[in-house]
Amino acid sequence: MVASPWMHIPINRSVMVLMFLALGLLVVTVISLGTGGAPIDLGDVIHHILHRMGLMGTGIEEFDARVLDHLRLPRILRAIVIGAGLGLAGAVMQSLFRNPIADPGIIGVSASAAFGAVAMIVAGHIVLGSYYPVVGPYGVPVAAFAGAVLATGVIRVLSRQDGHTDAAIMLLIGVAINAIAFAGVGVFTYMADDAQLRSLTFWQMGALSGNGPADGPALLIIALGAGYLVSLGTSLNLFLLGEAEARHLGIEVERLKRRATVVTALVVGAAVAVSGIIGFVGLVAPHLVRLVTGPDNRYVLPASAICGAAILTGADAVARIIVLPAELPIGLVTGIVGGPFFLGLLMREKKRRRI
Amino acid sequence: MTLTAHNISFLARGRYLLRDISVSLAAGEVLAVLGPNGAGKSTLLKVLAGEHGVADGTVTQNGHDVSKLPALTLAQERAVMPQATSMTFPFAVRDVVALGRSPFRKISTRMHDQTLVERAIALADIGHLADRAYPALSGGEKQRVHLARALVQVWGMDGDHAPVRARFLLLDEPTSGLDVAHQHALLSVARREARQNGVGVLMILHDFNQVTAYADRVAVLQAGEMVAQGAVQDVMTPDLLSTVFKSPIRAIPDPDGGAVLVSQAASG
Repeated sequence: MVASPWMHIPINRSVMVLMFLALGLLVVTVISLGTGGAPIDLGDVIHHILHRMGLMGTGIEEFDARVLDHLRLPRILRAIVIGAGLGLAGAVMQSLFRNPIADPGIIGVSASAAFGAVAMIVAGHIVLGSYYPVVGPYGVPVAAFAGAVLATGVIRVLSRQDGHTDAAIMLLIGVAINAIAFAGVGVFTYMADDAQLRSLTFWQMGALSGNGPADGPALLIIALGAGYLVSLGTSLNLFLLGEAEARHLGIEVERLKRRATVVTALVVGAAVAVSGIIGFVGLVAPHLVRLVTGPDNRYVLPASAICGAAILTGADAVARIIVLPAELPIGLVTGIVGGPFFLGLLMREKKRRRI
Repeated sequence: MTLTAHNISFLARGRYLLRDISVSLAAGEVLAVLGPNGAGKSTLLKVLAGEHGVADGTVTQNGHDVSKLPALTLAQERAVMPQATSMTFPFAVRDVVALGRSPFRKISTRMHDQTLVERAIALADIGHLADRAYPALSGGEKQRVHLARALVQVWGMDGDHAPVRARFLLLDEPTSGLDVAHQHALLSVARREARQNGVGVLMILHDFNQVTAYADRVAVLQAGEMVAQGAVQDVMTPDLLSTVFKSPIRAIPDPDGGAVLVSQAASG
């Protein structure tokens, strides 16, 4: 988006931050391409990329080229799109709830999306009957989306008091929704046969190994949703002042809330349908970004997307090599880093008496 | 051109907070709203700002029904200084003030906006705070930030020149939390907006002498009903105020001319 001219933050600096982050993402991507069970020299990775772009005549060794093209690249693309979607969803939710500790994982939106997805996989053919094959690969992301929308709506309604969202109540409601949704995931996983369902681990701890034919449409939904969310920067800045104040300043508040909520749920639902629950990216990315850019959403939103993509790509590289020859679920990696980060954040907020 | 409430009633949880109120704010005048706690003053301000819909009657801004106008059009003609706002994200004070320019972001220029922001910061006496984080300010300092934000909004695109369409500034208890010097500075700024820029200013006040000193007209609310409305010298009488506020109020001659309204300490 083009930075509009009415704010004080020097545009050059923030644009530089965005470019620096994009460069960081590129570096992480190249390193991640070289990392894994079969290590590939970074020089070879760059050589291969240039070759594929038509800039270098001869390619690299056949085996390495196939590993990069068919195993790592699709996986890293998934990590980039999902990481960007989650980082952005976290940043938007924090503005929407006017609360710095909102995150789709913590308040139970991701778990509810997983609940929706599992319910569709296990019970979808019963409910939809002969329509099930028609819905086909879209059924799962749609159900995940429905779960995410429902959870976001419930949290919004229940945690509001006198026009603002109480942080402590929102977290407690998140605990309850997480418990309910995880119980639901557990029940359906228990009922499912092997052919129907990936393991419980997939939904609760996440994986980037791909989930079949629904991946393509779901990733497209995330990318389109992210594009819309990034455009909300100015409106969400005004929203941070308060709902009444945003309205006084010309924002159609109800429409903004409705659209932002639905699109955020769409992005989170689609992300969960592809990769299961990957926590804390939506919390960590915006907070890291704000340390550098300040709270202005016109920069926080695009920067959170890039930062989230870089975090998830990096976390995926770690997950692939840390317990070789096996692979650690990606959600464990983000949880090991994100959990303490969340705790530190709570301590900071407590000190400032905001909770 | 006015901001007018026509026979409005407002209901919340089955109770009338406002009943059959008509009030009109004209360009270039200062209207004070006075009344005991819970009389419906803030509710009236919110209804005029288009924040609440009404059960009966209509509110018009420059002749148009506010419930049918887009929020952006309303915002380009009317600014609100709220009573208290909580914002936990650490925007710099100057950036919070600049948010007041957002209704004009598609039509204004950066230069113009910056000039107005710096002028408002000077008028609100927050120059020394301009680079500080907003959440770290005291209550009174935050009030002044919101005054500056409302000013850059109400200045619109015209700045010092007479506006094409009338503009309105609504201040909800603007002096609460301010020290005496800043109270007078704020009230002077508000009155100057009315006199020089033709802005219609409505403010909720509690201090009788501030009403007589700064307002042209006054509207007195009690239990959701309008008990008196008119020129300050006609309405601000000890009898009426004593009745409305259920507390003895006397007018004492001021050696410098006029009279000072004082309330009597409770006995015992």
